[in-house]
Amino acid sequence: MTDTSETIFDIRDIRVTFATPDGAVEAVRGVDMNVKAGETVAVVGESGSGKSQIMMAAMGLLASNGRVEGSVTYRGQELIGMPREKLNRIRGAKVTMIFQEPMTSLDPLYTIERQISEPLRVHGGLSASAARARALELLKLVHIPDPERRLKSYPHELSGGQRQRVMIAMALANDPDLLIADEPTTALDVTIQAEILGLLAELQKKLGTSILFITHDLTIVEAFADRVYVMQHGNVVEEGKTEDIFQRPTRDYTKMLLAAEPEGSKPPVPDTAPILLDANDVSVTFSMPSGFLSPRFELKAVQNVTLSLREGQTIGIVGESGSGKSTLGRALLQLLPSEGRVVYQGTPIQGFDRAAMRPYRRNLQMVFQDPFGSLSPRMTVGDIITEGLLVHEPQMTRREREEAATQALREVGLEPAVRNRFPHEFSGGQRQRIAIARAVVLKPTVIVLDEPTSALDRSVQKQIIALLRDIQARYRLSYIFISHDLAVVKALSDYTIVMRTGRVVEEGPTGDVFRAPASEYTRDLMEAAFNLKKVLSRQASARA
Amino acid sequence: MTDIATNVPEAAADGQMASRSLWATALLRLRRNKAAMASLCLLVIFIFAGVFGPMLAPHHYAKVYPDFVKVPASLEAYPREDAIIPEIESVVTRARLDLGSVELDGSTLRVEANSSREIDPRVTRYFDRSDLFSNARVVEQSSNGRSIVLAADVERLHFIFGTDANGRDLLARILISVRISLMIGVLATGVALLIGVLYGATAGFLGGRIDNAMMRVVDILYALPFTFFAILLVVFFGRNIVLMFIAVGAVEWLDMARIVRGQTISLRRREFVQAAEALGVNSGGILRRHIIPNTLGPVIVYMTLLIPKVILLESFLSFLGLGVQEPLTSLGVLISEGARNMRGAAYMLLYPSLALTLLLFALNFLGDGLRDALDPKDR
Repeated sequence: MTDTSETIFDIRDIRVTFATPDGAVEAVRGVDMNVKAGETVAVVGESGSGKSQIMMAAMGLLASNGRVEGSVTYRGQELIGMPREKLNRIRGAKVTMIFQEPMTSLDPLYTIERQISEPLRVHGGLSASAARARALELLKLVHIPDPERRLKSYPHELSGGQRQRVMIAMALANDPDLLIADEPTTALDVTIQAEILGLLAELQKKLGTSILFITHDLTIVEAFADRVYVMQHGNVVEEGKTEDIFQRPTRDYTKMLLAAEPEGSKPPVPDTAPILLDANDVSVTFSMPSGFLSPRFELKAVQNVTLSLREGQTIGIVGESGSGKSTLGRALLQLLPSEGRVVYQGTPIQGFDRAAMRPYRRNLQMVFQDPFGSLSPRMTVGDIITEGLLVHEPQMTRREREEAATQALREVGLEPAVRNRFPHEFSGGQRQRIAIARAVVLKPTVIVLDEPTSALDRSVQKQIIALLRDIQARYRLSYIFISHDLAVVKALSDYTIVMRTGRVVEEGPTGDVFRAPASEYTRDLMEAAFNLKKVLSRQASARA
Repeated sequence: MTDIATNVPEAAADGQMASRSLWATALLRLRRNKAAMASLCLLVIFIFAGVFGPMLAPHHYAKVYPDFVKVPASLEAYPREDAIIPEIESVVTRARLDLGSVELDGSTLRVEANSSREIDPRVTRYFDRSDLFSNARVVEQSSNGRSIVLAADVERLHFIFGTDANGRDLLARILISVRISLMIGVLATGVALLIGVLYGATAGFLGGRIDNAMMRVVDILYALPFTFFAILLVVFFGRNIVLMFIAVGAVEWLDMARIVRGQTISLRRREFVQAAEALGVNSGGILRRHIIPNTLGPVIVYMTLLIPKVILLESFLSFLGLGVQEPLTSLGVLISEGARNMRGAAYMLLYPSLALTLLLFALNFLGDGLRDALDPKDR
């Protein structure tokens, strides 16, 4: 970690271009980077900044239309243009990578033992029994509970965090010098993320491996890295020690990134505000019918949740994946069969079928998580926004609908001229604006927002939050805001419900819940989200 | 997608860049595929040949030339010169004349003949009596009447692909059979497309028991042996082109229905369909605006691969003698006839097979190119 240690990975003036039908696109425009032995270096940037493409290029994993120039050396050996066979001896053994998606990085057909020991036998020339012993040792190293049994497991039997641990074990199998981690915790819950980061930090201390960490999340960087490169538009705009960057950023872009944490809070609504949506004892059960020789299987996704939403209120629903928060949102809008009682402005809408629900749909809108999946790729933006009007205002002429689309686009901060374009031409943030416009054009009273900011960069997230606030104030809207991201919920909601495995763990006004969480679970969530450094150091001292 | 996204946010937001739908992007990708573009050109040629060819062909496809049965393919005109000269000699001998010189100029024949006696001008009748010559006339007779110059028209016909066993022009027959094959290909595919897409989308969208029942019907229809089904239809209703469509279409929509159903089930879970549901759009609207347009990519690809399959199926049925009726013909019938005459007249097999092969090649390459263009991630 001192400046005297040897540079093991050196990237000089690397350029990556992609040939596309619209001409060459420069993803990386001349970047210098280096990693010294035993160091943790973070590369930070928003999506599209080219941070992942540098590593892909260095490892010879570029997409077929990509081309790379420049030099990448590992201990003096030039990696670019190296024959594949020779390169394979370095990548996977001395320089290894772990990826974002632990679900798809493991082959579902093989046991964990086979997945870990195969490279050991091929690269390391170990015998079957020696490879098995080493695999067990590695699983112990990454703290997988009950490692002997896990060797015989298949990937689908493991949770996301466990799979990421297996990926790390595989990456460490041949004692690498450098571990390149490309957003390894983005797909995981905050508490699991803290565990994985703690594990990486511990392993680094124990094995002396250098880590090159690619992420968009600055909280991780602050807690974890020694040095930081900040990237924008394929260039490194700023580099330096972590404390320097965080305390004294020099570039506007870095300052903007640092300031992109969602801020502000929402004052609670008065108790006299009318209750719009009242849900009592809502439960959702998914069941698999009993098959031949297999018993009936039931999963209680949501159990006895009660909430009431007042006019102008935002209820934040927080929880990790699998806590049933999205299912609850859908059940409230009668998009899923559920039990319990849901009343909208005095009318019980519980158990209404599609036709009966239709008059209420325009008042109860929903915005989805994935801005790439929630817009039909074959429809123009104008058609997408006005589709609801076709249903609820069938008397409107084409011209009037155009007019409405124009206005809705202006309201969400997009040019009205974009309404003849197709969704794939827009960035994630713009798409989410379109999705919001689709909900707003119907002038609803309640919008269920299902993780609307989770797929977006922090700075874009901030803009979307500002937009949601603005629209809420303008139309006295009520939101049910579902998110796993505590920072966003804190900024946007005035009442918070914390859920875990389908049950409400804690609820109360946002200020109270965040200031003094009552339950252990909420406390853990908060710490992992807001005070990662403390969690990591506590983990380290617990292991020492 | 292996291609990296090119839609930089600024580009889309400033409204300067021309809007490009997914179809336009697919077309752009298709244009870069040389094999597919060559196939497309060839296909256009085939379509023109099928539509206008029979009108422009020198012979009608059903016209029989009894004199020219199974004449081999040749660029020369029929009857050939070495067939005309002996005929002239025999005619002149029958007319009791001595042949002087013979000149063949295109389709007019000039014959000089002498005799020891005076020649009667009605000698032209001998020429007209022959099948080869018509409109024989005296051009010039010497003053003593003993030598005469006669002219006669010879009908000379071109059979560049030869003629079949009944003396019909093979070129004209290939052109009409291309028309029939393309027509069957397009119509039967259209029938399969219509039934298959509607059936598959409905089954996939409704799901549950209805889906189950609908797909079991498909399974049962799959179990029917196609050839027996076709033979049965022919036995009951006689040979008929319409029957062909029904037979082929009734079998081919099954695959289409399965493909569309699979697509629909995966689309149904997509968020944009859920979003439409949350807007209160009814099932018909979701099917029409969201599901069907999004299944269209794979459907178009499957369609281009279905057309050659149908053509081949029709050829197979025609080969078995269950297909189109004489004098109409199809590529399958022509190939079947050619196969019977393979030893004596190889060209009768060669040209129809060549036409069919080229057509199938073009359609398959185009289908392949379209698949690459529409789902680049599958590459």
